Amino acid sequence: MRKERDLFAALPTIDEAVSRRLHQRLVDAASAAGLLDVAYRTIETPVGTLLLAATPKGLVRVAYASEDHDLVLERLARDVSPRILRAPARLDRVAREIEEYFARRRSTFDTPLDLRLSHGFRRTVLSHLPEIGYGKTASYAAVAKAAGRPKAVRAVGSACATNPLPVVVPCHRVVRSDGTIGQYVGGVEAKHMLLALESAA
Amino acid sequence: MATKRVGVSPQPFEEIVAEHGPTVLRVCRAILGRVDAEDAWSETFLAALRAYPRLRANSNIEAWLVTIAHRKALDHLRASRRLVVTDELPERPARDGSPEGWESGLWEALEALPLKQRQTIAYHYLVGMPYLQVAEIVGGSEDAARRAAADGIAALRKTFPKGESR
Repeated sequence: MRKERDLFAALPTIDEAVSRRLHQRLVDAASAAGLLDVAYRTIETPVGTLLLAATPKGLVRVAYASEDHDLVLERLARDVSPRILRAPARLDRVAREIEEYFARRRSTFDTPLDLRLSHGFRRTVLSHLPEIGYGKTASYAAVAKAAGRPKAVRAVGSACATNPLPVVVPCHRVVRSDGTIGQYVGGVEAKHMLLALESAA
Repeated sequence: MATKRVGVSPQPFEEIVAEHGPTVLRVCRAILGRVDAEDAWSETFLAALRAYPRLRANSNIEAWLVTIAHRKALDHLRASRRLVVTDELPERPARDGSPEGWESGLWEALEALPLKQRQTIAYHYLVGMPYLQVAEIVGGSEDAARRAAADGIAALRKTFPKGESR
């Protein structure tokens, strides 16, 4: 048995070029057949490597490296669909918009969003965040009021902490009433960086 | 080998492709040869992607993929009318003698074997499946699968007396 295995050990392993070609072919066929439920890619930014994931409806997830991209993909498999493939071309548009944002050439995002990972009041909160203009900030209390539940300040905090679309849905613009910066899903340093980027424009 | 997952969370399909893609391609190549192997690989993974959300948790993903590849390869053989059942020994393929040629020569020697021998060798030796599982895929008994693979290996040995020619 061992000797027979040795016979086949000499067979060439599959090279990178073939793997890439076959993968691209699978992505194309899956897209054409409507089977690519979640496409993803990563993008390098001043706040680190971001994972971008989209359904046919729109951008469904932006994740910081600190959130653990493998774990985020596993959650997407569970919560959206396991039909997930790395398919950078499907995210070209949003990647370009994010690059423009970090280059200070863009202040709002036009890419379609899929908010299915956010529910109830949290989703209501997220839908109000784009009202905070580029370069501006609002307090958790002000956002709670805008979302129709002035007393739900803590719930606004948890809506921001669980924002599935950070950077694009600007939870980084929500700060504490005393003027301090508050928490952020990508870490306080990233929040500082985004606010500095926007205020310098 | 097959990945055992704990819990109910399914693996993203991208991971399935990365983990099992090379093995499935080797299987397709052993059974179909270089030309049709990539088509069969693509059809296998597209069919797997379609069925994947309905796959039971804790299934043996590798065996599942090989079973699909087995069927897709048969479709190709039927379509190209190459599906000839024969137990005759194939002619010995030519060797060009160079160490590089040895590897591709082995693929060609595999291609020259009867279908059942190619299948059983691919599933047992390239994938690492036990003969019982091989028999479930190709049909027939465990012993018949073991014999087919042994006959195939014996034929290959005539072409390649040693496994360590490099």
